[in-house]
Order: sequence, then C-alpha cells, then structure tokens
Amino acid sequence: MDMNEIKEIFFQECEEQLAELESGLLKLNDGDRDPETVNAVFRAVHSIKGGAGAFGLDDLVAFAHVFETTLDCVRSNKLEPNQDVLKVMLKSADVLADLTNAARDGGSVDESRSRGLVKELEALANGELPSPSASAEAPAPKAAAKVAPAAPAPTSKPTDDSGFQPVPFSFDDFGGEDDAGGMPTYEVIFKPRYELYSKGNDATLLLRDLSRLGEMTIYCNTDDLPGLEELDPEGAYFFWNVTIKTDKGEDAIRTVFEFAEWDCELTVKPVEEARADATSNDELPMVPVPFDLSILDETGAMEEVSASDARETAAAVAAAETASNVTQIVAARVEKKESAAAAAAAASAAAQNNAAGAGQTIRVDLDRVDRLINLVGELVINQAMLSQSVIENDTTGTSSINMGLEELQQLTREIQDSVMAIRAQPVKPVFQRMSRIVREIADMTGKSIRLITEGENTEVDKTVIDKLAEPLTHMIRNAVDHGIETPEKRAAAGKNTEGTVRLTAKHRSGRILIELADDGAGINREKVRQKAIDNDLIPADSNLSDEEIDNLIFLPGFSTADKISDISGRGVGMDVVKRSIQALGGRINITSKPGHGSVFTMSLPLTLAVLDGMVVTVAGQTLVVPLTAIVETLQPEAAAIHSFGANHRLISIRNSFCPLVDVGRILNFRATQANPVEGVALLVESEGGGQRALMVDAIQGQRQVVIKSLEANYTHVPGIAAATILGDGRVALILDVDAVVGASRGQSLKAEMSLAAVG
Amino acid sequence: MSYTVKNLNEGDRELIAFRIGDQEFCVNIMSVREIRGWTPATAMPHSPGYMLGVINLRGAVLPIIDLAARLGMKPADPTARHVIIVAQVRRKVVGLLVDAVSDILTVTEETIQPTPEITSELERQFARGVLAIEKRLICLIELESLFPETESEAA
Repeated sequence: MDMNEIKEIFFQECEEQLAELESGLLKLNDGDRDPETVNAVFRAVHSIKGGAGAFGLDDLVAFAHVFETTLDCVRSNKLEPNQDVLKVMLKSADVLADLTNAARDGGSVDESRSRGLVKELEALANGELPSPSASAEAPAPKAAAKVAPAAPAPTSKPTDDSGFQPVPFSFDDFGGEDDAGGMPTYEVIFKPRYELYSKGNDATLLLRDLSRLGEMTIYCNTDDLPGLEELDPEGAYFFWNVTIKTDKGEDAIRTVFEFAEWDCELTVKPVEEARADATSNDELPMVPVPFDLSILDETGAMEEVSASDARETAAAVAAAETASNVTQIVAARVEKKESAAAAAAAASAAAQNNAAGAGQTIRVDLDRVDRLINLVGELVINQAMLSQSVIENDTTGTSSINMGLEELQQLTREIQDSVMAIRAQPVKPVFQRMSRIVREIADMTGKSIRLITEGENTEVDKTVIDKLAEPLTHMIRNAVDHGIETPEKRAAAGKNTEGTVRLTAKHRSGRILIELADDGAGINREKVRQKAIDNDLIPADSNLSDEEIDNLIFLPGFSTADKISDISGRGVGMDVVKRSIQALGGRINITSKPGHGSVFTMSLPLTLAVLDGMVVTVAGQTLVVPLTAIVETLQPEAAAIHSFGANHRLISIRNSFCPLVDVGRILNFRATQANPVEGVALLVESEGGGQRALMVDAIQGQRQVVIKSLEANYTHVPGIAAATILGDGRVALILDVDAVVGASRGQSLKAEMSLAAVG
Repeated sequence: MSYTVKNLNEGDRELIAFRIGDQEFCVNIMSVREIRGWTPATAMPHSPGYMLGVINLRGAVLPIIDLAARLGMKPADPTARHVIIVAQVRRKVVGLLVDAVSDILTVTEETIQPTPEITSELERQFARGVLAIEKRLICLIELESLFPETESEAA
C-alpha cells in the first residue's frame, strides 16, 4: 500500500467524520444535550486533525485545531452550545469540509471565510474561558484582540509534522521571556502505558511538544525497568519527570498529551504541590537519570535515540503489527481503563461501538461492484437462454430438468437482487449536503430557515444519489430564495418567521419518491401566467388549469428570459432541473397552494443499471422504449389518421391532433412510411412537454432490461439511448425518445450521424 | 487452429493472418482478443454500409465491421462459417468479420515490405505494408486506420 492509497483512505474516513460531525451538530442544534453527541462531534474533528497532521496538511490541521479547542470548551461545559454558538460551529464544519476537499483535490478555500471563523471560534473559546491572569491582569490585550479583527490570531500554524501545536490561547501578549522567573512551574510525571506505543504514538514527540511550552528540565526514570530475563519486549517501562516553567497554564500542558491521555498516567501539578508530594512519598526517583533534551529538537531524532527509545519504538511497531484487530485493542483498553474517568470510559465504549459497527461494513471499489453486476446480468441472460432452449428442445419436459431450471431461475433472481442491493445507499449524504445549502442561502438572504429531513435512510442506487445532488441543490436554492418569504412578510402574513423546508424520501412501488416542500408563499399564478404570455410560451387567451400554470415554470423559455426572482414562485433554471430528473429516468411534479407553499415531487428509479421498457418490433428489429416516456398506447383507426402536408400525418386523440412519428422511418430501417393502421401508436411525452405518437409495428411486451453502453465500443448513435441484451442473447437498442421526437420536428438524425459515423 | 509458444527474438512480431475472398491479410496478434464464430448482429440505424451491427459479447455490446466492405471489396454475406476477430483498437473493442483465419506468423520487422505503389488511396490508407511468405502475398493492416481517432475518442 503506497502513501497515496493511505491518503485516499484518510480522505474517505474524513468524509465519514465530516458527516458524523454535521449530524452531531444538527442534533445539538435540535436541543440534544447528550454528552456522547458532544463527544462524537469532538472526536470527529479530532481524528480529522490527527490524520491531517500525519499527512502534513497544515491548513486543515490549523483550522481543525481551533475548532477542536472551541468544541473542547463545549465538552467540558465551559461553553453553552446555544443557537449562536452552533451556527458558528456548523459554518466551521462547512469550512472544514471545504478544507478537506481542497486538500484532496488541490483546490483552494476562501481564506477570508476560514480566517473569520477562526476568530469567531477563538472568541467563543476565550470568551467563556477566562484564565484568572488573563481577565484580572491584562483585560486590555484581550479586548484589543476582539475589536481589531485585522490582527491575525497568533495561532493556527502547525509547528511540527505530528499534528500537535500549542493551544491558541492568546495570552502571549503578556508575560514575556524576562519575567520567566515569575512564571509558574509545573511538575509533570508522564508515564506511558503499553497502549500508547501500540497505537503508534511516540513519547519523544510528546515531550518535544511539551518543551515548546517553556523552559523545561526532564529526567527519564528507569525504576520500572525489570531485569533482562523479565523484560517484555513490547512493554513500556520508562517514564519521565519533567519540571517546566510556563505561563501557558496547566491546561496547555494537558493538551500536549491529549492524544495520549487514555494511554498514559499523567500527573500535572504546580511545583509547590509536587514538592510536597515528593517529600511524602517515593514517587520521585532518588537518582534521576539525566535525559538528553537535545534529541527532542532533532527532526531525525529517531535515528539517534538512545537504546531505550529504540527499544520502545520497536515495541510499538511490533505491537501495531500484532494488534491487527482494532476491536481487540479497544476492548483491551476498556478492560484496563477501570480507573479512568467516567467520561473517558463512555468515550471508549462509544469507540468500541464504532469499531464494532465498522466491522460490519467493507469498502469496495465501485468498479468491482459494477463488474459483479455485469456478470450477474450475464448470468440472468444465460439462464433465460438456457430455459428457452430447454423448452424448444424438450417438449415433454423432464421434470428434473424443469425443476432444476426453476430453481436456477429463482437463485439468479435472488443473486441479482442482492447484487443490486450492494450499490444501494441511503440518501443521507445528499440530504446532509442540502442542510449546508439551506444554511448558506438563508444566511445570504437573511431568512431564517429550518430544514427537516425525513426518510434519509431510504436506499437508492449510488449513481442515482450522485446525480440527484445537482437538481436537488437547485431546487433547494429556489425554495429558500424564492419560495420562502422574508421574515417580515411572513410575520405580516401571520406565519412563523422561521420558514420550513421539508425534504422527504420514501420508497413507492419500486421507485424512490423525493419530496421537497416549503411553507412559503407558493407560486404566484397570475405572474407566472403573465410571464409565459410575455415570452410567447402560451397564447394570451389560453385557459389553463392551476396545475398547468404551475407546470409552466418547467418550460425552457421560462427561465432563460430575464430574472424572475421577484416572482414568489420559482422558475430559475427549473427546465434544467426537469431535464436532469428526466435524464435519470424520473418525473417531477409540482403542486402549489398560494400562501401555503409548494411541493415538488420527484419519482426516480432505484437504479440506473436497469430500465423498465416496452419491447417493440420496428421493421423487423426489436427495440426497447423506456416506459417512463410512454403515456399510453393505442391502436390507430383509419379514421383518426389525417395527412398534413406532403410528409406529415396527424392522429386525432380525444379531439386533439398529435403528430405521428414513424420510428422505422426516422431510424432509417425502412425507406417508406409504414401504414399506421397496421401498427401500434405509443403516445409519448418528450422533453419540451409536447406529445408525439410513435408508430411501431407491434408490441412484444414489457420487461426490465439491463442497460448496456453503446459508446463503450462503438459511438453515440442519434435516436438510440443505449443497448440491452434480450433473453435470446441478442442485442436490442433502446430508443432515445427525446431525440426521435426532436428529429420529427425537422432536425435530421442523419445529419448528426454523418459527423459521428464510423470511418 | 493450434498455437505453440515459440521463442521470440528481439524485434520479432507475431501476426494473425486471415482470408477475405482470395486475398490474405494480417493484423498484429497483440490487438486480437479472441476469435469466434458469426452470430446474427442487430442492425444499427444510420450506420455506414460496412457496419453490420452489434452483437452481445458476454454482456458487452460489440460492433461488427464487415472488413471486406471496409476495405472496398465486395461485401460479405455472413454465414455460420464466417469468423469474427475480436480486436482491441485504442480503448474500444470491435469485431472484424473475415472469411477464415489462416495462420499465425512470426516475422521480423525487416520482412515487412512497404506497400507497393500501385495501390489505390483506399488500400494505402489501411495497409501498413506487405509480407511475402512462401509465395503468398499478405497485407498487414493497421487497425487504427480503420477507425479514425476523432470518432473513436468522441464517445
């Protein structure tokens, strides 16, 4: 495994941590005060910081560190997580996500934004964390730091590659080098346990960080070192007595050992206390072994560490190797942790839960899953072919063969379902991303919005989830920007000033239904209608139902015209939304109630690999027409067919005329138009909303087909969306209804083709 | 058809030779994925005349080219005796319909003679050179030239 792979895993984990972070913060926002929720949030930031430190992602570490410090105040109940605090934190989570993405993809993050948040976070941490010396002796510098935003916080630069850095308490302004003599002195006893090394921590690095806090004297204590015959090569025998003069306070010292706090015994005492203790018991070594501090300053310290350190490192490595099972370590830790504080124990237990949860999932490359799906698709086709040939060759039917076939059929179907389920994922990540959009737009527009999500564990194919994000983002933006009124207007209308956007996902009859509802003003039908008339989208005297007017906003011409954001209904780019939903094989609908808001309903297929199709025959060829496009099928009667001009024919359906499109002719499968009366008409609805009657020769039936790419080995063919393989093993083409309808409007498929043709 | 592992010298090339009508052609063996029998193909709308359609190759959609027609010769009338050479051209896999596979040749680069000047533009376009082996004339085809870059990369 090379560095890049490890990094990739880190970023994958980051994504999980970020999701955890956001959902935790949202829970807190909803009034959850469970300490475990706070711990989970803290842990998420903490592990991102740790990992980022290991990879030298300085910006990320710096920001995470400040964020973490503020979260620690919440964790230790020094800061009340009220709405204002959480608002800053949610924004910080967004920036943290941006920084993570930037670190991965090499982009950059708006620095002013992160810097501003760093200041807000520090203000939160400092404001609620008054150190006695800070508030009593030097209130002025603190106030100055707050009112002078131009002065950059003297923090946020990671000091080494281990990811540790001093806590950003801005007390540097007072107590310089010269009054070091007056600085408090602390006695630190740092006694690592075996677990510290087994997790790959290095005592040397911790001590080096400690040394940065101030003037320090350090002794390595070898009292616990047993004789060679009893020596456990993986044991931890050394501990260190440190005397340090620092103005940073006891908390800063403890922060250095934060990562290790559960894996070592740490005593930090102001020096008088420590001396008193020393006289009363034998804790302090009688003959301390001098410990060479200079190795702490060397970056390449590892090479020249004393024999004792080398042994420890070896021990740590060996331990890491043997401890392949994470759960074991956690369990071991919990076992030995009886004396630990209650909070620590709870956190460990939660970590154990996490470890157990992690054991139940694996990360799989999407390509591998796709390969498996492809193979299973083959299996299904082969099984169908086998069944068919058995039926053809053996009319009497040997019962054992038939039974075997039936079982095979059942098994393949079950395998297919299970394999499809592998790709299925909850919509949660997309929904969570939406909460960020809502926050941002609400912020920008000065509205107060509450996003409620329901059914976020509803599962759907990964590709659908990926492609859902964009139209959903668009719609959420519209809902917040145009749908929901300003607080003043809401108040005037007697509504709650806080607007509500509700995002729901649920399964319904083999499809996923996603609903986006807002309690805004609803669509202003009069304005929408007027706009449509102004843009020549509908005749001025047209008599449209409310529903039809609502659906006007999906028309392409409706949005490309000048901005209509002053209309309380939506409209900006809704045609794009509709098109991307249709590209997914889905449908979108809108219902709106003036004064009460609008509801957008999207119905999407659960997977993109499979399509419900109508299998038809055209000029001897078998074609598949996507079922989503078909409104109805009908058998045309001679009386209903009307010629129109030289080449066009119309069919009258319930008193309206619909153009007839001969599919065989359009695809060039035949030279002359077929007689419509001998065929079947498929009434389809296309992109622009117009209806067409597609003429085919016969309908074979309705079937779920596995979609196969034509482009992979051939080229895009106008009029054809993709291919599939039928039960007899032959390839059938899937019709691109929109392109065929477009071609019937006069755009020639053939003209496009000549550009793309082979050779 | 049997294939024996020979010790290849540096610079040796292995070619698969096949027949179309009474002429022999060959392609680099490294491009050939497999050789299989003819199965009826599904016609593609608006395709050029040499494009026979697509078939199912273990789940992938494989376009089939009538190589005779592509080379400007009399189009084949495919039967079960015809052979499809499945070849990789750049990142795509295509099937070439030929009459029969005849040989596997091991040749050195020097054996390949330049295309004679009498050839028409069409042949010159596809032929990378000719080989004279045992009084036979075998034309070495450059597969990439059958499928121009622009189209191939378009998808």
